[in-house]
Amino acid sequence: MTADLTSPLAGWTDRLAALAPALTVSEVPFRSQLTVRVSDPGAVAAMGSALGVVFPSVPCTFTAGEGEFGAVEVLWLGPDEFLVVAAPGLQVPIEEVLRGALGDFRGSVVDTSAQRTTLALEGPHVRDVLAHGCSVDLHPAAAPVGVCVQTLLARTGIVLLVTGEDRVMLLVRSSFAEYLAAWLSDACAEYRAVA
Amino acid sequence: MTFRTSTGGAIDRNTLLHFTFNGQKLSGHPGDTLASALLANGVHEIGSSVKLGRPRGVVAAGSEDPTSLVQIEAPFSEPMLLATTVELYDGLEARGLAGQGRLAALPDPARYDAKHEHCDVLVVGAGPAGLVAALTAARSGARVVLVDEQNQAGGALLGVEEYLDDRPSAEWVADIVAELKSTPGVLVLERTTAFGMYQDGFVLALQKRTDHLGFAAPATVARQRVWRIRTKQTVLATGAHERPVVFADNDRPGIMLASSARTFLHRYGVLPGSRAVVFTTNDSAYCAAIDLAESGVDIALIADARPEAPARLATECAARGIEVRAGQLVTGTEGTSRVTVVHVGGEKIECDTLLVSGGWNPVVSLFSQARGKLRYDAELGAFVPGEELSTVRVAGSATGELDLNACTRQGRDAGAAAAGAAGFASGGQVPLPVSDSRCTARSGLVLWRVPGDEDASFVDLQRDATVSDVLRATGAGLRSLEHIKRYTTIGTAHDQGKTSGMIAAGIVAEALGVELEDQRPTTFRPPYTSVSFAALAGRDRGELHDPVRVTAIHPWHVAHGALFENVGQWKRPWYYPQPGEDLHTAVLRECRATRESVGMMDGSTLGKIDVQGRDAGKFLDMLYTNMMSNLKVGKIRYGVMCGVDGMVIDDGTVIRVGEQRYLVTTTTGNAAKILDWMEEWLQTEWPHLDVHCASVTEHWVTIPLVGPKSRAVLGEVAPDLDVSNEAFEFMTWHDTVVAGVPARVCRISFSGELAYEINVTAWHGLAVWEALMAAGEKYGITPYGTETMHVLRAEKGYPIIGQETDATVTPQDLGMSWAVSKKKPDFIGKRSFARAENNRTDRKQLVGLLPVDPEVLLPEGSQIVETDRLPEPPVRMLGHVTSSYPSAALGRTFALALVRSGHERIGETLYVPVEDTLVPVTVTESVLYDKEGARRDG
Repeated sequence: MTADLTSPLAGWTDRLAALAPALTVSEVPFRSQLTVRVSDPGAVAAMGSALGVVFPSVPCTFTAGEGEFGAVEVLWLGPDEFLVVAAPGLQVPIEEVLRGALGDFRGSVVDTSAQRTTLALEGPHVRDVLAHGCSVDLHPAAAPVGVCVQTLLARTGIVLLVTGEDRVMLLVRSSFAEYLAAWLSDACAEYRAVA
Repeated sequence: MTFRTSTGGAIDRNTLLHFTFNGQKLSGHPGDTLASALLANGVHEIGSSVKLGRPRGVVAAGSEDPTSLVQIEAPFSEPMLLATTVELYDGLEARGLAGQGRLAALPDPARYDAKHEHCDVLVVGAGPAGLVAALTAARSGARVVLVDEQNQAGGALLGVEEYLDDRPSAEWVADIVAELKSTPGVLVLERTTAFGMYQDGFVLALQKRTDHLGFAAPATVARQRVWRIRTKQTVLATGAHERPVVFADNDRPGIMLASSARTFLHRYGVLPGSRAVVFTTNDSAYCAAIDLAESGVDIALIADARPEAPARLATECAARGIEVRAGQLVTGTEGTSRVTVVHVGGEKIECDTLLVSGGWNPVVSLFSQARGKLRYDAELGAFVPGEELSTVRVAGSATGELDLNACTRQGRDAGAAAAGAAGFASGGQVPLPVSDSRCTARSGLVLWRVPGDEDASFVDLQRDATVSDVLRATGAGLRSLEHIKRYTTIGTAHDQGKTSGMIAAGIVAEALGVELEDQRPTTFRPPYTSVSFAALAGRDRGELHDPVRVTAIHPWHVAHGALFENVGQWKRPWYYPQPGEDLHTAVLRECRATRESVGMMDGSTLGKIDVQGRDAGKFLDMLYTNMMSNLKVGKIRYGVMCGVDGMVIDDGTVIRVGEQRYLVTTTTGNAAKILDWMEEWLQTEWPHLDVHCASVTEHWVTIPLVGPKSRAVLGEVAPDLDVSNEAFEFMTWHDTVVAGVPARVCRISFSGELAYEINVTAWHGLAVWEALMAAGEKYGITPYGTETMHVLRAEKGYPIIGQETDATVTPQDLGMSWAVSKKKPDFIGKRSFARAENNRTDRKQLVGLLPVDPEVLLPEGSQIVETDRLPEPPVRMLGHVTSSYPSAALGRTFALALVRSGHERIGETLYVPVEDTLVPVTVTESVLYDKEGARRDG
């Protein structure tokens, strides 16, 4: 179904690929993303079991699991705000399931799949590169795998997920994606020279 | 003649570096600063002073130097650097300055960047106290950052030849640095100056990473980096600066601080001259004199201001044939480009160097920036840290302690306490070294100045500020040091008064007859040393200066030659010129094509907010001036939002998506502001409402398809949709499939023409846009930009918030009383509509203006007056032109304007001053085209 879709960084594939081996950067486009506002514990639990993932209860973390819709991640974005992320093309059925789980409880479910795109970053310098523009402490002790923060990277808002020792996912608003790609490319200049 | 010693110094004597100073070709060695290389070549006169043009030399060996300002000419022009902090490199070209430098005319090609760093313990200063503090903290397992201004650790040890634990101090330093660098979680930053200390452990430091490489600096490596450090605990081991004494003609080249001369000797292997007089108030200068004498400098005399010279040091001097005179003062000097004669006790002594020591000033700048209170230490003659802070500790000579063993003990205690406060238990004691130092600076005499010619007794050498200037300030009645600093400019130069501030305070206290204990020192502010704007800007320049936001269709706009307009951070197509077209002709063409056939634009930047919840309708009723809760599902309504003052802040459409769900649009520039506005009301005033808002601006691409042929085009790409006027009414929406993808199509018009807004997910935007272009080809479908959009809406009198409005305009002023509900019990702004001011009939109201000459285009912003001749000032202004365009549809120019009593003036002739003429205009209704709305349904 992705044949006639264009992702925000479609034109950046080669430039991002050229950053390797200093940093492996690739866009993960078209993922299903749903902004969920819910606070009732029962509704939260119902949503989790419908998706096969326990919603995060610790602020600034994300959880991952597998269920009916395959691998699903749930990002804690605020005291009653989550972002549900799944493989491309599932936003409509997931929205339906989440609405069912929400039932009459106070909350909302919004398809925001194209609102942000995702960048997967990997490499020994990943935390260093990000430290040039991100004021959050990214030291492995302070930001272990499982951390999810909304913050600024340089001059754009991002959601940052630590997915591995040297792996990070960045979610960025689509209109800022090219700025972020340009900033990342520039930030790698020194690490590429070293590599 | 060379003043380089035959051995010693941390320089590489086997390598020659060639450089140019004031056009003269000279050479030095790796390890030199520009200053040490110049002194080695016998060059003492660096530049001249800013006001008086007096020759000036090198006073100190480091960043406290007030005078050795140079302009670097190559590799890249850079002004106002201190020769004492420029590391020498091959090919360096520099020039001495007369006080002020010159900015480069070309952009700086070097990279500059910034990096965030977090730690448990930050140690500032890698002298003996800082090294022990850092190692103590590191051994506890804390994350430690050690920053030091110099290119190597050691601090004051670099400038002396002393032994620690019976081995050269450099070995002791090297061992500690090696252990620090091999400890995980420890970052040692050389050439890094902590220049600002802020609340909550936030410290800024500037690292000079490749300055010292000169021409060999790699282009990909940031030349300088601003470290943005956030630390739990800080140890300030910032050391002390030697203080001069002020006397007549104390500014000549060759007059230098005694410890700095010692530093030039030991660190760089450079002698300050051939024959020196030493003038001191304390013991430390004796060591400089003895070391220099042993290196071959003829020490003519030590003039000790104290009534008695220290016995042991005097004996050592006598053994070396150095004369010591106690109770003697230097009262003046002679010489032009270099000191040649020093006056001591009525005697004139020939020499080429005068070394001065007036004691030591602890470097308390960062402690003071951290809001630490300072206390005057009368024995030291200096301000010292006067309290303990919970997160900032001070160790070493920065406390006023000048004994090395005591300094290192303080370092160890501070390091352990800082690590402990950050939650780390001791990881083993760092052994303290035993020093063989012969000199301490205690038992000094506090002496600010020697009486003499006050016009030539310089307090701040860089500002050419003298004792006379200080006395003029106190004579004028100034008592506060802050005021005197501003009156005299003392301490405001590049060096921020490192050598002059304390002396100025002392002279002021003497002049006023007050005690320094009772005086408040001036406030220390960042930056501690000069930081270039290039470093502060870092990588935020060029394309990264500010984010450029683009829509999913942007590549098409670029490929089709659009020119762009900045709307907030967005780049929006402004117009699409064809070959030979300017703005005017392109816009006339785009307008005509749209009104006569079909046009389309990229409207994706419009703010879009999803509003859900049981109380969504109630919430929107409060936000908008008009009623939204009675909107039927499937319908759309235009809405106006006001602030609490009843002034218009935004407008847009409200789409009722479901029983408990709406989609609202905002103007492009206000999208974030309106979402914040909604959240503010929901979170602070109406938390009981069951409503949630989410931005979906970038989830959707929005394409207005506009013009009489838009229905035909839409019909082709949306075969499932009944596009007839009966089935698809104005201000309704339908979900359908457009060009093969799910779409929401709204019948909304911002031009008065039959129009649709096609919304698809951003991923599909480009493909759908291209499909619409293809389907519309036979109708000559024309892409248009923001300029044409502005003209089309202005012809219909639709205001643009922010162009027609300026936060003083009500909906009624805009002729939109129809959009202000009379039925709703309350909404934001309602109360203000009852104010007398809001109901004045002479408020500025939105009207149209038609220049009597249909060719005349009024400049936007023009004022409007009542008479065809300007009366004597003040001239009463009736209002101003908010929008002005040539119109293809009207065949003439027209304008919108805010005019006093505008609605009553329709039909009147008013005048618009344009350059030297008054242009007559006719006031009309704001709607100028298709007043009856006949074109809306195609």
